[in-house]
Amino acid sequence: MGYFKDIYVAVSSMLEGMKLTGRNFLHFRKYLTQEYPENRDSLVLSPRFKGELILKHTLENEHRCTGCSACELACPNGTIRIISKREETADGKSKKRLDAFVWQHAMCTFCALCVDACPTDALKMDQAFEFAVTDRAMLMKKLNKEGSNLVEELK
Amino acid sequence: MLHILPLLFFQYFTTNPELILVLKVVLSIVAVISLVAVLGLFLIYMERKVAAAMQLRLGPNRVGYIGTLQTMADTLKLLTKEGFTPGESDKFMFFLAPVIVITSAVLAFAPIPFAKGYQFWNLEIGVFYVPAVASISVIGVLMGGWASNNKYSLIGAMRSGAQIVSYELSVGLSLVSIVVLTGSMNFTTIIMSQENGWWIFKGHIPVVISFVIFLIASTAEINRTPFDLSEAESELTAGFHTEYSGIQLAMFLLAEYVNMFVISAVAATLYFGGWMPLHIGHWEAFNHIMNFIPGVIWFVGKTLFVIFIIMWFRWTFPRLRIDQLLNLEWKYLMPISLVNLLLVTIITLMGWHF
Amino acid sequence: MQPTVEVLNERDYILNVGPQHPSTHGVLHLRIKIEGETILDVEPVLGYIHRSIEKMSEALTYRQFIQMTSRMDYLSAHMNNLACALAIENALQVEVPDKVKYIRTILCELTRLASHQLWWAANGLDLGAVTPFFLAFRDREAITDIFEEVCGSRLTMNYIVPGGLMEDVPEGFADKIKTYLDTFERTLSEYDQLLTGNEIFRGRNIGVGVLTKEEALAYGCTGPVARASGLSCDVRKWFPYEMYDKLSFEEIILTEGDSYARYKVRIAEMYQSIKILRQLLDGIPEGDFQAKVKKIIKLPAGEFYQRVETARGEFGVYIVSDGKSSSPYRIKFRSPGLSNLAALPFMTKGAKIGDLIAVMASLDLVIPDIDR
Repeated sequence: MGYFKDIYVAVSSMLEGMKLTGRNFLHFRKYLTQEYPENRDSLVLSPRFKGELILKHTLENEHRCTGCSACELACPNGTIRIISKREETADGKSKKRLDAFVWQHAMCTFCALCVDACPTDALKMDQAFEFAVTDRAMLMKKLNKEGSNLVEELK
Repeated sequence: MLHILPLLFFQYFTTNPELILVLKVVLSIVAVISLVAVLGLFLIYMERKVAAAMQLRLGPNRVGYIGTLQTMADTLKLLTKEGFTPGESDKFMFFLAPVIVITSAVLAFAPIPFAKGYQFWNLEIGVFYVPAVASISVIGVLMGGWASNNKYSLIGAMRSGAQIVSYELSVGLSLVSIVVLTGSMNFTTIIMSQENGWWIFKGHIPVVISFVIFLIASTAEINRTPFDLSEAESELTAGFHTEYSGIQLAMFLLAEYVNMFVISAVAATLYFGGWMPLHIGHWEAFNHIMNFIPGVIWFVGKTLFVIFIIMWFRWTFPRLRIDQLLNLEWKYLMPISLVNLLLVTIITLMGWHF
Repeated sequence: MQPTVEVLNERDYILNVGPQHPSTHGVLHLRIKIEGETILDVEPVLGYIHRSIEKMSEALTYRQFIQMTSRMDYLSAHMNNLACALAIENALQVEVPDKVKYIRTILCELTRLASHQLWWAANGLDLGAVTPFFLAFRDREAITDIFEEVCGSRLTMNYIVPGGLMEDVPEGFADKIKTYLDTFERTLSEYDQLLTGNEIFRGRNIGVGVLTKEEALAYGCTGPVARASGLSCDVRKWFPYEMYDKLSFEEIILTEGDSYARYKVRIAEMYQSIKILRQLLDGIPEGDFQAKVKKIIKLPAGEFYQRVETARGEFGVYIVSDGKSSSPYRIKFRSPGLSNLAALPFMTKGAKIGDLIAVMASLDLVIPDIDR
């Protein structure tokens, strides 16, 4: 008798699973996947999503980076390189200013320690995520825009 | 004079019996090959869509309208790929294996009736012929696995050998139960015997049991999950066709789907009446309405239904282990189908079926 | 218990499973000696994904090395980060605010859920069923979405830092998890429907890969693997950290020691995680998300060890500090996967090739965790 009970238990357990996949089959319109390039417009990324590092610029093309290289020190992978220059201020003093904020996208692990370390709140993680390039050198990015200046309050 | 030359040729061709036979054969070959190609493309597409729906995905949707040309593109890719032969392998056997597998799959088409009178070969022993020819494929699988000079391939081929040889018995025994009921091995005769109802309804529980056993055993015969041990992806990477690529791989894949179609067609013919419309006893009006739907639609519909069940199995169940696989056959399916055959024989002798 | 037998013998039939194989979940390489389908011996070969994280950490500061630990057991990223943060906090004798403790515990339990879901997905896939994979990923996706909103990353978070959290949790954090738990509790029953009760699945797992309690103890197995063999080893119970001593939950212990017991332990743990989360979500206190910790951390000279319970077992961080520099003198991670893998040869001896895959699936190995 145990023989037939085994068969009954086995078959009913299998039908149980088939019930689930069968139900899924009938409700296939509840699909889980998204059609990616088509849904670009409706794609919502959370504001904290870490896609790329940016240097915040105001409308007047001013950034908040003083070139203190705290982020360079905080980075575990040596991704950031701050190149600074000496600049004459209006009253004749020579001051350190940011020349180039170089960030190697390919080496970044997106730990956001640089954002955390920045004393002047100049850095931010942005949500862009499509960065496929044909050459690795193109992932070496200069974050300060051409002709940008330090904001007045930090000078 | 010249303008009637074509007519003369036509007359010559249509009256000479030998030439007609040659023409018939050529046409049949062309028909079978194109049928196989179309079937392969369609079934792979269907499989991917069914799988996607069961897993709440979209499935192929890029090439063509809702991905209908996806399999075409995949086949094109496979055809243009390099046919790679591993070093140290047995080159001739390696080449021959997929050819044998696909040949056996195509040969099994011969006696299957697609609609009334549409049959390549009205063979008297059709029910016997199909499993006999289909099981030649195991030789191809064994050859391919051995010739690949790869341990995974060899294990896969050996598993396949043990599996197909065992499950052949259950397939045969469940086919025999219908043969007992109809007293014929001819597919057309079997279909005609279902004029007043399909065997699955007429033959009481024993026929239902034999249908279930046939379904399980034939799933094992065509190496599909939960019995896909010979190509167990997570165990043996790809089993016996690990080393195959390009068009040779395409042949193996095509053979799998063609075999699935053949097995489903046989099940549809034996248990669901093939191209015979749904007839219920003496309800003349109902039967008459059903007759308006052409036979080929009945046949394809029933076959696709059986194929869908086999696909349903695949996308629900995990895989068995080799010893469990053999246990299932020798301890469960075989004894049950033997007892079942006895029951069917009693039913036939007493005339208890409708 | 005899040592692993010499595998390389001229007449033996050796099969190399991996380092490129669909079900080794990465680059694990197993050399198995077989006779037909029967496995005579298994020898795991490691080193294919060694990144020398321990050595690299010696050159990084205490704040910097934590992000490396997310890349070891990437499915338990939060727990790994927590272990490092706790070790540093204990060394500095910093007391973190209650809110931080709550949120850390919530994130850890969510990670455990996500990890167990992925294990369930892969377990089905290894045994040949593809559908579980997608169903489990459906549930896991919602958790990674929550992580993305909280931490900005989906997999390799660096959110738990010494002294607290990277930033405060966003609005509606608790409510979002609550709604998720309600839906997940319903879908969790589908897991049972599809695999747990399935006769083929039971046949593949019951009585396969039996690990006795003694062997589990001898090989240092932890986590669900050891608990399925009857060994009580839940760090959350034995050495409570964060909120765990104030929560009521059970340590799931089974005694069979086979693959199916390991499976059932993990499924039951998912229910326990839901229970834990429900207790925590209502009472998140107001407060600061960070305690006062200096920007440049220097630990006092000495040795510090902190263990946490990850989804795979006990994860330990051992830090040696010389008291002078701002980076560790030596760091050692005790990863659960390595010890659990060590028991594999004993679990699979005499089994079939298919069993090896089932047992590996039930061990829930993450190779970058084994090979740091």
